[in-house]
Amino acid sequence: MSTTAEAGIVGRGNADGARLFRDWFGELGEAAEQGRGGAYVFVMGSLVELLRSFDLPVVFPEINSLQTAVRHQAHEYLDEAEDYGYSPDICGYVKADVATQLRGGELPMGRIPKPAISVHTNACNTYIKWAEIWERMYDCPIVTIDTPGSRGDGIHPMPGDPDFENDRRYVAAQLQELIPVLERVSGVPFDIDRLRETMTHANTMARGWARVLELNTARPSVFNALTDGTIYLGVSNCLRGTPEGARYFDELVEEMEFKSARGIGTPTEELYRLIFVGVPCYPIFRRFAELFSEWGGSFVTSTYLWFASGGANRGFQYDLEHPIDSLAEGLLLGVRDAMDSMFFHTGPLLRQFEEFGADGVVFHPIKSCRTVSTGLADSRRDIMARADVPSLFIESDMMDRRVVSEAQLKNRIDAFFEGLASRRVKAAATGI
Amino acid sequence: MESFMNTEPNVPELSFESLDELLWSARELLEDDSYPTVQRWREGGGPVVGHFQVYFPEEIAHAAGALPFRMRGAPVEAQQSDSRFGSYLCSILKTSLEIALTNRVELDMFVTHPICDAARNLAGIFGRNFDYPCQILYLPQNANSSHSATYLRDEYARLQRVVEDVTGASVSSDDLRGSIEVYNRNRALLRELYTIKRDEPWQLSADDAYVLMALGGVVRREEHNAVLEAVLPWIRAREVSRPDRIRVVFEGGFCEQPPLDLIRAVARSCYVVDDDLLIGMRWILSDVPTAGDPLANLAVAYLEDSSYSPVQHDNRKKKEEMLLERIRGARAEAAIVTAAKMCEPGLEEQVAYTHALDEARVPYFVSEFEENMTSFDHLEIQLETFVENLMFD
Repeated sequence: MSTTAEAGIVGRGNADGARLFRDWFGELGEAAEQGRGGAYVFVMGSLVELLRSFDLPVVFPEINSLQTAVRHQAHEYLDEAEDYGYSPDICGYVKADVATQLRGGELPMGRIPKPAISVHTNACNTYIKWAEIWERMYDCPIVTIDTPGSRGDGIHPMPGDPDFENDRRYVAAQLQELIPVLERVSGVPFDIDRLRETMTHANTMARGWARVLELNTARPSVFNALTDGTIYLGVSNCLRGTPEGARYFDELVEEMEFKSARGIGTPTEELYRLIFVGVPCYPIFRRFAELFSEWGGSFVTSTYLWFASGGANRGFQYDLEHPIDSLAEGLLLGVRDAMDSMFFHTGPLLRQFEEFGADGVVFHPIKSCRTVSTGLADSRRDIMARADVPSLFIESDMMDRRVVSEAQLKNRIDAFFEGLASRRVKAAATGI
Repeated sequence: MESFMNTEPNVPELSFESLDELLWSARELLEDDSYPTVQRWREGGGPVVGHFQVYFPEEIAHAAGALPFRMRGAPVEAQQSDSRFGSYLCSILKTSLEIALTNRVELDMFVTHPICDAARNLAGIFGRNFDYPCQILYLPQNANSSHSATYLRDEYARLQRVVEDVTGASVSSDDLRGSIEVYNRNRALLRELYTIKRDEPWQLSADDAYVLMALGGVVRREEHNAVLEAVLPWIRAREVSRPDRIRVVFEGGFCEQPPLDLIRAVARSCYVVDDDLLIGMRWILSDVPTAGDPLANLAVAYLEDSSYSPVQHDNRKKKEEMLLERIRGARAEAAIVTAAKMCEPGLEEQVAYTHALDEARVPYFVSEFEENMTSFDHLEIQLETFVENLMFD
């Protein structure tokens, strides 16, 4: 093993990811200072490939909101939105953004442009309700690209199937209708070659993302899906369709292959390999991760890395000969996969439990997000009925520290690991 | 037993001895968690297609000979279903699953819609608990795309194939046209019911009007039509007092339903001259054409000739403007803006509604409810105070 090479490669993804994220946010600040409007998008079906071809600064309000929680300032934003009239019982991301808008775009990390347009899918219904708030505040166009998902568990018509083609025609027609709106908002004429360019970079990133996720089947795992994975996810979303993003993922694959080949894991001594289902607890993000790592628990994969990448985990490759149709197909398949990972995930989870050699599954429903959380108690019940899978069910929130009880979380997490340890001892004793 | 009507509709669960008896028995039927009309239908060999709120093209299931059963929650305790859900969720999800898990209703198919983040999960949850098809009907969420109607027509065709598989029936275009006619008649009767509410609100209390409408969710629409056809003339003709009350619009009942006693409590101090209770039953505003492609006609009607709710975005139907239009159309003096507890779309819309009402200087009363709440004293006192302030202003 080359120590010099190791020093140059290991940890690069985290350091570069943080730098790229800061740079990206700095550009948003410049756009805000110049009075430029931004394209407001969401992680599930962001269509950044298309928006970048119009030179629109891209704002991810979900990511802005979670940053307020990570930086322990979310409660100030939530209070402000609740004073404005929003209920304590709605999505915390929405409320943090409402307060951000009321503050003229000010966030702990800097300032964001006002929305010139919102482009969103229906992967989460709150996306639509959220965009309506901007429509009311700024009278800006909001465009839903309706992307129908799986009609039921295991119903996955593929290209060529009449049901899939009905969906594809619908999505493609909406994209065609979106283009003149983007031309009007941006003042930039549509250039299909620029779209091809951003799609080329998106292809590289999606291929890299799929490979990175796959490489974490290594023992020990090469990254922690909860902590490191969130950094990679940020780049996957915010720099989608850029040369910097493409280079980052090429290098991340290199780093993970390097680590995998040499058996280099994460700083945690990996005693238990876990799968995470849900959204992280951002108000106490570091501590939340420590509650697992202190027991040697390492997250090898998560549904978060599927759905919050908008289905980029599929590694879908656009056909650059037919950009719009292929964009429609990629959007449809990606968003459908993202939705499946929330609504119909029990089969894939059981497969991943085997593929990743996992020791347990942690379900973490949160108050703020019904999309992700509503079905988790039932899917846990189903998984436990179908296989011998140790699991933990803990509830908190991604934004609101009022519903995060660290002591309760710790109690349950400790008990879970004690159970895992006990199973291991028993297995060793019985030779199973 | 002698009926107060000339022709008594054939709904054995209802009493037709007098108008009061009919309304009482309809209320009892609606609150009967053994769902006797659904049982009767099943005992007759009929299939049942359960569909979650808000809108479902019942004509397709009806044409296949099924009973479309509107899953609007239930007055039951979520004993079995509670463990299938986490915290922070609305009640209707749990009680709708509860009545299925406890076999109070037996379904042959379940359909939910992407109306909200929670409801779209129901296809997965039902699918893990039952062997029959449990699906999401993706009603278009870009109502402003020129391709939405074409997409929806083909999505309805897909739904029809599944319904045909479940029921074993082959549905022709004429079958669909026949069902559309039944439902057109039903829509016309419900419009008449709402005309009474608006123009002669003293003739029918808000809770009685609700009961008469909600009956349509548990019986075949031919039966519902027969009841409404028989009862509406009697309601118009009856001699009642006309107490002086504030005219209000009740908003917030598009999905989870407030308990009947809550509606009754409101009716004690207000005339509810329009509302969005069970809005899916009145979603389509006029007759759906029967000529041509019936699925296309249903799709176009859904998009182009429809009401509004917090769960549909349409650039042509800004919801706060639609609420103000509803208030103006009903000549209401105030609004009751409610939301079911934990209902994100409803709670989010409350903010826009109240800001718009402030701007339009329309008095409003804001509240939350839960379908299984049992105490209304506090709410009633608050509402009475609100009304008194308006009446003696």
